[in-house]
Amino acid sequence: MSRLGRATWDFQSTPVYVEGYGTVAGQLEGKGPLGADFDLVLENDRIDDDTWEHSEQRMFAKAVQLAMTTANVTAEQIDVLVGADLNAQLTAFYLGTRAFARPSLGVYSACASICESLAVAGLLVHTGHVDRAVAGTSSHTSTAERQFRYPTEYGAQKPPTAQRTVTGSGAVVLGTSVHPIQVTHATVGTVVDYGIASPWEMGAAMAPAACDTILQHLSDTGRSVKDYDLIATGDLGHVGLKLLKELLAEKGVPQPELRTFVDCGAMIYDPNQPEVFSGGSGGACCSIVTFSHLFRKLLNGECRRILVSATGALLSTVSVQQKDSIPSVSHAIAFERKDVQ
Amino acid sequence: MATWTTFVWAFLVGGGICAIGQVLMDSTKLTPGHIMSLLVVAGAVLGGLDLYDPLVKFAGAGASVPITSFGNSLVQGAIAEAQRDGWIGVLTGIFEVTSAGISSAIVFAFLAAALAKPKG
Amino acid sequence: MAMASEADKRRYRELVKREQPGRRIVRNTIRAFVVGGLICEIGQCVQSMFIRFAHFKPTEAGNPTVAVMIFLSVVCTALGVYDRFAQWAGAGSAVPVTGFANTMSSAAMEHRSEGWVSGVGSNMFKVAGPVIVYGVVSAFFVAMIRYLVTHL
Repeated sequence: MSRLGRATWDFQSTPVYVEGYGTVAGQLEGKGPLGADFDLVLENDRIDDDTWEHSEQRMFAKAVQLAMTTANVTAEQIDVLVGADLNAQLTAFYLGTRAFARPSLGVYSACASICESLAVAGLLVHTGHVDRAVAGTSSHTSTAERQFRYPTEYGAQKPPTAQRTVTGSGAVVLGTSVHPIQVTHATVGTVVDYGIASPWEMGAAMAPAACDTILQHLSDTGRSVKDYDLIATGDLGHVGLKLLKELLAEKGVPQPELRTFVDCGAMIYDPNQPEVFSGGSGGACCSIVTFSHLFRKLLNGECRRILVSATGALLSTVSVQQKDSIPSVSHAIAFERKDVQ
Repeated sequence: MATWTTFVWAFLVGGGICAIGQVLMDSTKLTPGHIMSLLVVAGAVLGGLDLYDPLVKFAGAGASVPITSFGNSLVQGAIAEAQRDGWIGVLTGIFEVTSAGISSAIVFAFLAAALAKPKG
Repeated sequence: MAMASEADKRRYRELVKREQPGRRIVRNTIRAFVVGGLICEIGQCVQSMFIRFAHFKPTEAGNPTVAVMIFLSVVCTALGVYDRFAQWAGAGSAVPVTGFANTMSSAAMEHRSEGWVSGVGSNMFKVAGPVIVYGVVSAFFVAMIRYLVTHL
């Protein structure tokens, strides 16, 4: 049965495998605790003295290239590119990957986009509509800063609940040829709005969506938290992760099981690094941590089954100014090693 | 003529105005932009009530460096011109005194854009 | 799950207030006071030098002083250090005219990638605009009211 419960797609009947993966990370990310896990670390977030936007486009192309290389395929063998970024009109995705000249589907759910991309790409591979798909996202601290907040050299003091948009790009190749890591389920999230209105409180805005989607996934699949070695959210940050655990506890998840939950945004930076505040955010936060650090845990046997639930804060440059609150959405993807016991 | 007391008050008054701004920033939802606008308006109002110029004489740069003095200068320019030319002076005199600040900000900002790239 | 009710939102808002790290108002205010005071102190020294060495009258020395402070702020912005310093100093760096210069130079630098006219020219006042608009509007009303009051 390919559909489970209300919102989960089960890919196991025609398995979808991660055939290749690639991650590119910025300077600060490279100096962080996970720096050694990334495939490529930039020496300068501004590549070749070009604009921030062009630098992000080049990172995206590089990540896709790395994924295809590890999958041992060329661009001609990719049937569809599914991807996203935070720039208006998805310019990093479209302009960054246009050189590959492949059928492309840009998607958007803010920082949850990587899981949306994986869900769509996984579905296309599972149903046989494509043989091989690429799913990826990018983000850049300066393109996000100048689009959503202020010029990058502007001296605005940020509160401790702020987060730092990750500079990086992560991409995978999904296909049907057998490889260790399998994409088994995708749960599509519902938009949740708990009335948080400050763009400095994204973690608080997104935690309810993560709670909703994770519980939906468990209910749809009939699984419990104990069935997973790790449940990772995308970019709740330290504050948001704490709030998520409180919400889950309220919904009946026992205390010991809450230790299973981690957050990519809380992992990617060391709190002593400059101006990282509550942790990382951005479309690439979840993708570069998942496709390097978390995949490593799956490949070396530390974990056998993980759930990645990326969250996105749904706001625009004008919505906040018009006093709208910030709804959020979370999509979840389950990864598993079925080839080991 | 600045005496040593002016130096002391420059620090205290300048610091005090900044402290007010900081408290507003941390305890309200106001953005820095809102607070700067509020301070400029406050400077204009105090200037209109003839309370700001005495503060400048007494605290020197402690009153003339914060953004509040911009509001005061705009008002002083308008008032002075109005005394000379009648009510139309309120419009024609506004930028009289502040042109140094605005011109230098524009010119130096332009040069910065020409010579430097943001580091992110 | 249906849309969150107002009661749910209220309860969540309370949970968030409990769990979120608060802004450290006292620490930030002390920092702002010290840095703001020091910046004004530098301004006072510059002003005194203009009076003593450049023979400006005390009432006129304010203008070149402001120009020098603006220049220093723009240099720090161009070197990429102003924003780091401002994170620490908060209003201490934003409230003096140095903050105003930082808003204009950072915006100008940032938008050079969009060209001289559409980028630098159009965006220079992006962050500083409200200060100028509301400064002028309030000055107009204050001066007008004062004129009417003194001439009636």
